[in-house]
Amino acid sequence: MKTNQINEKNFSPNKRNLFRKRNVSRKEPAELTKQEEFVKKHRRHHHEIASWRTILFVLFLALWEISADLKWIDSFFFASPSRVAKCFVDQMRNNSMLAHIGVTLFETLFSFLLVLCASLLVATLLWYSPRLSEILEPYLVVLNSLPKSALAPLFIVWLGTGTRTIIVAGMSVAVFGSVISFYTGFQQVDAEKITLIYTLGGSRRDAFSKVVLPGSVPILLSTAKVNIGLALVGVIIGEFLAARRGLGYLIIYGSQVFQLDMVITSIIVLCIIALGFYKSIQIIEHQIKIRFKM
Amino acid sequence: MQNILELKNIGYSYHSLHGETRALQNISFGVREGEFIAIVGPSGCGKSTLLSIIAGLLSPEEGTIAVSNPDGSLHYPKIGYMLQRDHLFEWRTVYRNVTLGLELNHAMTKEHLDTVERLLTDYGLDKFRDKRPSELSGGMKQRAALIRTLALEPQLLLLDEPFSALDYQTRLFVSADICRLIRAAGKTMIIITHDLSEAISLADRIIVLSGRPAVVKNEVAVRLTLADSSPLAARNAPEFQQYFNMLWEDLTHENKPNQ
Repeated sequence: MKTNQINEKNFSPNKRNLFRKRNVSRKEPAELTKQEEFVKKHRRHHHEIASWRTILFVLFLALWEISADLKWIDSFFFASPSRVAKCFVDQMRNNSMLAHIGVTLFETLFSFLLVLCASLLVATLLWYSPRLSEILEPYLVVLNSLPKSALAPLFIVWLGTGTRTIIVAGMSVAVFGSVISFYTGFQQVDAEKITLIYTLGGSRRDAFSKVVLPGSVPILLSTAKVNIGLALVGVIIGEFLAARRGLGYLIIYGSQVFQLDMVITSIIVLCIIALGFYKSIQIIEHQIKIRFKM
Repeated sequence: MQNILELKNIGYSYHSLHGETRALQNISFGVREGEFIAIVGPSGCGKSTLLSIIAGLLSPEEGTIAVSNPDGSLHYPKIGYMLQRDHLFEWRTVYRNVTLGLELNHAMTKEHLDTVERLLTDYGLDKFRDKRPSELSGGMKQRAALIRTLALEPQLLLLDEPFSALDYQTRLFVSADICRLIRAAGKTMIIITHDLSEAISLADRIIVLSGRPAVVKNEVAVRLTLADSSPLAARNAPEFQQYFNMLWEDLTHENKPNQ
């Protein structure tokens, strides 16, 4: 506050103030504290948010545990943090939990990568041929709005029960939406930039590789972020119906034998996996943005 | 001086289900080597269509556009096109932006790259070659866009309302700067503009188009008495106001019957 007042006075053409100004400018620490104050305030804000998040989490766990202990809720149906922890440790001991997590992770990542490649390929073809995209538009719209879980029983009949079916189920949830987002992204590229390529003597292929693809990187990344979540949804649906392994299977199995601890433990592990996926793509996005200075 | 391009009876229409819109009709004029031509006309009259036809992005429905050689064959000059905005790609460095045309034409030869080097040095962009376009000032970006165009060594440069994305002050300086560089490089130029002052200060000849369908309404040769021929000084020439009034008359009389 004090520095502020002095600075304001400096603007009046007054000899005494000019002299003062010299004093102030020599006193750099005064400037520094303002910057420090800002940084401190910024940090304090972040600490506050982080601590509230932790408090909320701990409170939730405590309330859950206490209400189970005091029989406010039936821990047979609702489990409790301690039962979940015990269940997790037990499952880890006989190695089955790690195997289930591994299977679900593998299936999700694999179908995510397939979705990425397939939809990039289809969207590229659609961009190359406006006629093709015009013909296929209604089909894509219908397939995208169809509830994909309705297809899962068909996949089982066609492909049997197993990893293949589950990966296809995972893909089916994400792929149509992904084609549409990629294609829309390609179309949103500034038409004048494409004209520029033509005026410089480039072909349509040059327009794609030099302008459309590099210009769509942000959309590719944001679509990837959505897709990995959708692939996880599809994989869990697939595992519900057609698996002997994986977290989706564990959830269905647990509910059938009334081991609700197991169901809730699996759901919590799924939460952590989803968070992990999201964070990894965010990190990749960040790295790419730094690399290309976007 | 010899013509490097001749337009003869160019006509063009846009077609839609609601009918035909005649954009250009019977447009004929020649472009002499080294000449700076400005095309002015009411907005929406088809100036950009005409430029796209000259650039070869559209083909005319009627008429021819080329120079006939003595033996009767047709000859077409190499053309460079500068769009309204610089369109430098942010995912490329300045150097890779200015060599984009060479890359597309598979012409990254030593000879061409030497030309680029010389232009980078001449235009003061040498230090910025590894920077991204967003790190350049508005004027620097236009210079980079000019190098990208000149790297392919065009004989005729087409400018479609260039610099119109810049603020007024920057635009005055940049348009003067870019036109000085194009003149220094000995190129021929056709510029489309809706700014009459810009047309008078930059061009040797002004072609006035009428409203749609556009025909050549008037051709004005600009002769200014000047100590130095910079476009900024041109705005203070004694004849400037006369030319301005003449063009203004042409354009406003045009609009009256339509109202």
